[in-house]
Amino acid sequence: MPRMPLRQMQKNQTGTITAVKVAGELGRRIREMGLVPGTEVTIQGRAPLYDPVALRVMGGTLTLRNNEADHIEVEVAD
Amino acid sequence: MAQQTTIALAGNPNAGKTTLFNALTGSRQHVGNYPGVTVEQKEGIHLCDGLPLRIVDLPGTYSLTAYSVEEVVARDFLVNDRPQVIVNIVDASNLERNLYLSCQFLELGIPMVIALNMIDVAKDRGIEVDADRLSQLLGLPVIPIIARSGQGTGQLMRAAAAMAAGQHEWRPRKLSYGDDLDATLIGMEAEIEAAAFLADTYPARWVAIKYLENDEQIMALGRQTDPACAAVLTDMATTVTDHLQATVATYPEAMIADHRYGYIKAIIRQGVVHHAYDTDRLYTSDRIDRVLTNRFLGPVCMMAVLLGLYHITFTYSQLPVEWLGSFFDWLAATVITLVPAGPLQSLLVSGIIKGVGGVLGFVPLILLMFMGIAFLEDSGYLARVAFMMDRIFRIFGLHGSSVMPYIVSGGIAGGCAVPGVMATRTLRSPKERMATLLTVPFMNCGAKLPVLALLTSIFFAAYQAQILLLLTLLAWGMALIAAKFLRLTVLRGEATPFVMELPPYRLPTFKGLMIHTWEKTWQYIRKAGTVILGISVLLWAAMTFPGLPDSTTAQFAAQRQAVLAAAPPAAVAEYQAGGTLSPTARELATRLTAIDNLKSEEALRYSLAGRFGTAMETVSWLPGFDWRTNIALVGGFAAKEIIISTLGTAYSLGKVNPEETGSLAKTLAAEPHWSPVMALALTVFIMFYSPCFATVVCIAREASWRWALFSMAFNTTLAFLFATLVYQMGTLLL
Repeated sequence: MPRMPLRQMQKNQTGTITAVKVAGELGRRIREMGLVPGTEVTIQGRAPLYDPVALRVMGGTLTLRNNEADHIEVEVAD
Repeated sequence: MAQQTTIALAGNPNAGKTTLFNALTGSRQHVGNYPGVTVEQKEGIHLCDGLPLRIVDLPGTYSLTAYSVEEVVARDFLVNDRPQVIVNIVDASNLERNLYLSCQFLELGIPMVIALNMIDVAKDRGIEVDADRLSQLLGLPVIPIIARSGQGTGQLMRAAAAMAAGQHEWRPRKLSYGDDLDATLIGMEAEIEAAAFLADTYPARWVAIKYLENDEQIMALGRQTDPACAAVLTDMATTVTDHLQATVATYPEAMIADHRYGYIKAIIRQGVVHHAYDTDRLYTSDRIDRVLTNRFLGPVCMMAVLLGLYHITFTYSQLPVEWLGSFFDWLAATVITLVPAGPLQSLLVSGIIKGVGGVLGFVPLILLMFMGIAFLEDSGYLARVAFMMDRIFRIFGLHGSSVMPYIVSGGIAGGCAVPGVMATRTLRSPKERMATLLTVPFMNCGAKLPVLALLTSIFFAAYQAQILLLLTLLAWGMALIAAKFLRLTVLRGEATPFVMELPPYRLPTFKGLMIHTWEKTWQYIRKAGTVILGISVLLWAAMTFPGLPDSTTAQFAAQRQAVLAAAPPAAVAEYQAGGTLSPTARELATRLTAIDNLKSEEALRYSLAGRFGTAMETVSWLPGFDWRTNIALVGGFAAKEIIISTLGTAYSLGKVNPEETGSLAKTLAAEPHWSPVMALALTVFIMFYSPCFATVVCIAREASWRWALFSMAFNTTLAFLFATLVYQMGTLLL
């Protein structure tokens, strides 16, 4: 199962978060939205200018900027 | 039981908290601000079986950290005001994420009832939540409700009232955060209890957790009250942080968050949630998003929606605005007939009625604008606009949500900065919000348009449409560059995390829209109204006093007498009788009006504002403005369209109607002093100088008076430099 930063995932690809490598406010904002290790995410789409990215997480839709998605490591099924 | 029961209403944004609050309190609510911050505090009374319950609506948050004002306000209220019960509203269709906040209330230990909202929406999505099972596992009442229809709210409030009557003490729940942290927590708790550290406000374990989470507010409070104990706690937290970094390369706060979610997931797996369908199924909301956030269709739809909002607001507010205008004209005319001419009449008509009229004139606009914005916000579309526009606005240090305030303020020429400034409330990032708030007045609002149209018609009549379009683009460019400049200087700092929810599309409730719109409008009338009236009277005084000296007045009177004496008596009689005039009488009238206009010009020049305008000539020659222009610009501070009427008085043309500026345009074109370059310099100055005082008052309300004064000084300086550049370069080149 390959690991990659969330930014590199393709549209409609699903993966499981393995690590969130950032502290401070950004880290906390990411975690409080449920993006913690073990959570499954699916890329729902990207904004017209390819940034930010929209994710499907636990029955809701979240959006974050690409440079924020860089801190999230995901394991995807091939 | 003399004391009234207070119930705090808390939950995630988009969980239906406001809908529940409105359903519970109806019209028995009022809005204030939490002390010292611009976060709204709403509270109301709910009658539960005849017993009045005080309901306080806490700001919607996802967590209880110290990073945003909303969160600090929410937890300060809980620990300082100690409500008897907290009603935590959670979205049944997104249970896991919503329970993260509940988890933190459990850690605080405050008696709690969970309102399981939107069970209908969840059911449509094939999600069935077993409320009894959840209640059993969490050890607290869980009441299923549908806030939109009010279903279950009676039962909810009875459960809350029963809990308020029963349990009083706080019982902090002990969650496990892993062996390392648990061990440290036990040690820290012992220290905290021994020193009675912050004991009168916070539970010991909670304080310990906040130290591990590196919570600035609590740590600062600790250093203040008991530096010795605070130092010990900080040391313990640092030790375990270093240990975690070395062994598992993570932070305590990350570990705590992971374990909170672990706790929630463990509960949910015990048969709380049943999925009837495949979870990957596309919901209606996602289908809508396929179109509305589509790479090509998305921006097109967005333009259509924003133009539509704009069109509706400014078309439908026109008529009520005109009615209000005619009403105040009528009022002014009535006062003129009742009160004899003199300073009192002038104060009533030009100071007070014009001031109040100016305030109320905006009301229909604000009402409609906020109804539109509330609709877009409550429906979930505003979050999509932010999502699509963020990439562009981020370049300038702004946020995707900044687009709305800009559009409202005149991003499409003809808006108004007052609702624009108020619309920045939808931005949750403090620095981005401030940068937006300070730059929206650069947009070409509806009041600047007639002035810009007049100036362009004098020298550039052939290209007027093109130039007005260019000016709109110039306004955008200037606003964005100024925002970037502010974000690099006074509002320096990292971008606030963008991470945000795209809530499912919902049809807003009529009641919610009405309450929201009314609140905004009333706030404007009440708070802004008083100050704006005061400033209006001050400006009136500045343009009226000191009055002309008696000798000058006598001179003008003598001139009138001379003209009257020279005219044939029949014409004088005809003139004094009024009605349709013969050519000779008309000539007499014109000559008399000319004298009156000269007198008005002289009076304006003699007034405080006139002296100021004359004094300003020492610097205003740089962009090429004379005293007449300077006074007009002072008048423009009251409202930009007043520039036209003041110019009219200053060029002794008497009253000039902003709708018909033909005579003024001719006069200005004939003035040797007015050149195309000067007109262009004046145009950019008017576009960018100090916002009108209605906007300044709104900035003060949304930010502070310091920022309001800053915006006046900053914008005027910027406009002055730009206008000087245009004038000097232009004169040099031509």
